[in-house]
Amino acid sequence: MYPEDLKYSKEHEWVRLNGNIAEVGVTVFAQESLGDVVFVDLPAEGTEIEQFSKFGEIESVKAVSDLFSPVGGKIVEVNSSATDSPEVVNEEPYGTGWLIKIELSDTAQLDTLMDAATYQATLD
Amino acid sequence: MLSDKSQSSSEQLKKTVLHATHVESSAKMVPFGGWDMPVQYSGGIISEIKAVRSSAGIFDVSHMGRLEFEGPGAESILSSITSANIPALKIGRGKYNFICNAAGGIIDDAMVYRTGEDKYLLVINAGNVDADMEWINPHVDGRTDFTMNVVTNETAMIAIQGSSAVEIIDSLSNGDASKIRRFRIGAAEVSGIPAMLARTGYTGEDGFEIIVAADEGVNLWKTLRDAGAVENGLGSRDVLRLEAGLPLHGNDLSVETNPFEAGFGRFAYYQAPNCIAGYALKHLAEIEPSRLLIGFKMIGRGIPRTGLKILSEGSDLSDESKVIGTVTSGTHSPTIDVGIGMGYVEQKYSVIGTQLVIDVRGRAVEAEVVDMPFYKRE
Repeated sequence: MYPEDLKYSKEHEWVRLNGNIAEVGVTVFAQESLGDVVFVDLPAEGTEIEQFSKFGEIESVKAVSDLFSPVGGKIVEVNSSATDSPEVVNEEPYGTGWLIKIELSDTAQLDTLMDAATYQATLD
Repeated sequence: MLSDKSQSSSEQLKKTVLHATHVESSAKMVPFGGWDMPVQYSGGIISEIKAVRSSAGIFDVSHMGRLEFEGPGAESILSSITSANIPALKIGRGKYNFICNAAGGIIDDAMVYRTGEDKYLLVINAGNVDADMEWINPHVDGRTDFTMNVVTNETAMIAIQGSSAVEIIDSLSNGDASKIRRFRIGAAEVSGIPAMLARTGYTGEDGFEIIVAADEGVNLWKTLRDAGAVENGLGSRDVLRLEAGLPLHGNDLSVETNPFEAGFGRFAYYQAPNCIAGYALKHLAEIEPSRLLIGFKMIGRGIPRTGLKILSEGSDLSDESKVIGTVTSGTHSPTIDVGIGMGYVEQKYSVIGTQLVIDVRGRAVEAEVVDMPFYKRE
């Protein structure tokens, strides 16, 4: 449910680091709490965002939630399959349902995030 | 990214007789109208909606208020408190109506069924039971020509809706169910369980709302589930009713709105001499409403939600002079795969085809006034 190679935020987003590129998505807990995701709004590529700032919105049939970026930097890629087919966020939140890729401004930001065990403990 | 405001306490909430059955089915329970109710089951809202549109779904609607009126004065009390033409209602028929105050404001919307010569059933919204009773009781007090009994707790009510709903109930009632035509009510045995079957619903599909003794509720639910009907929660029910263009009291109707501006003047019969709202409703019928409830479809990317502003154009969302109304209901429709909503707008913007802008939390998203229902069964 919570892969060990990812870092987690208390807002239920995850980060996967490849070099200095951070891939960001929402956790299984988030997608299960939301229910069927029907809309994802993401910023344009090239947008600069700060750590923990709002970068988009995710909507289920019933509710709207803000997306907060667990890391700051420049958005270098947005996942068009998540905006075109939002159900991928439910189906594969750690895979095809990723949301954005960020070129990190400061890799030390990752130290402020939780590992899988710590994150999971916050859910109990 | 998630707020936890929905995690309110479940103590003090009432439970229907099906509560434990919902929990056993891993339903997500939420407070609604004073009751702890299933919002969705493990399959998710979209699969529940699809089941209703393609085959059949079952809904626990036991939380809705059920009042029986019986006696020679039943016709006159219902004429005075509802907007239905009660003397014209034949035995075995039901009518959608409004419970309006003396100013014509909608306290609640309701279904009234005539179940016998001097016997009627009034079904009201769970969340409005207190407001309804507060308003009804003074008109009932002292009257000895009828009795009013609240039968909500001694009965269970289960709706079965969808293209195969009638077929399912027919097979469980030796074909008796389909003899009850649309908007009618009758008695039948469903799998041996004595029941009142109303051929009505809140989804835009054919089907029944079935009332049985409370202690038969679980049995009926499981029988219908075993017959192939999919468990549906309040989440799908809200989307289904919106797709069908049916209003929800508390959202699209309120004591601040009247039946004519809501576009349901045809359900506001005000000619009964003792109708308490009659004078106000007659006046409202004769004037042009300043605002009207419209249905709209999103053109741009975005989902309308309750409370969002409707503007005539969106070049400057902070320009209050462009605000022409408010969204009262909105969702993504899985059936037609687009954002849909209802809202009140100034009358001149209510014409079909009018272009609107919805302020989706700071984003100007284009929409268009369309005819309702958004979805119509074949």
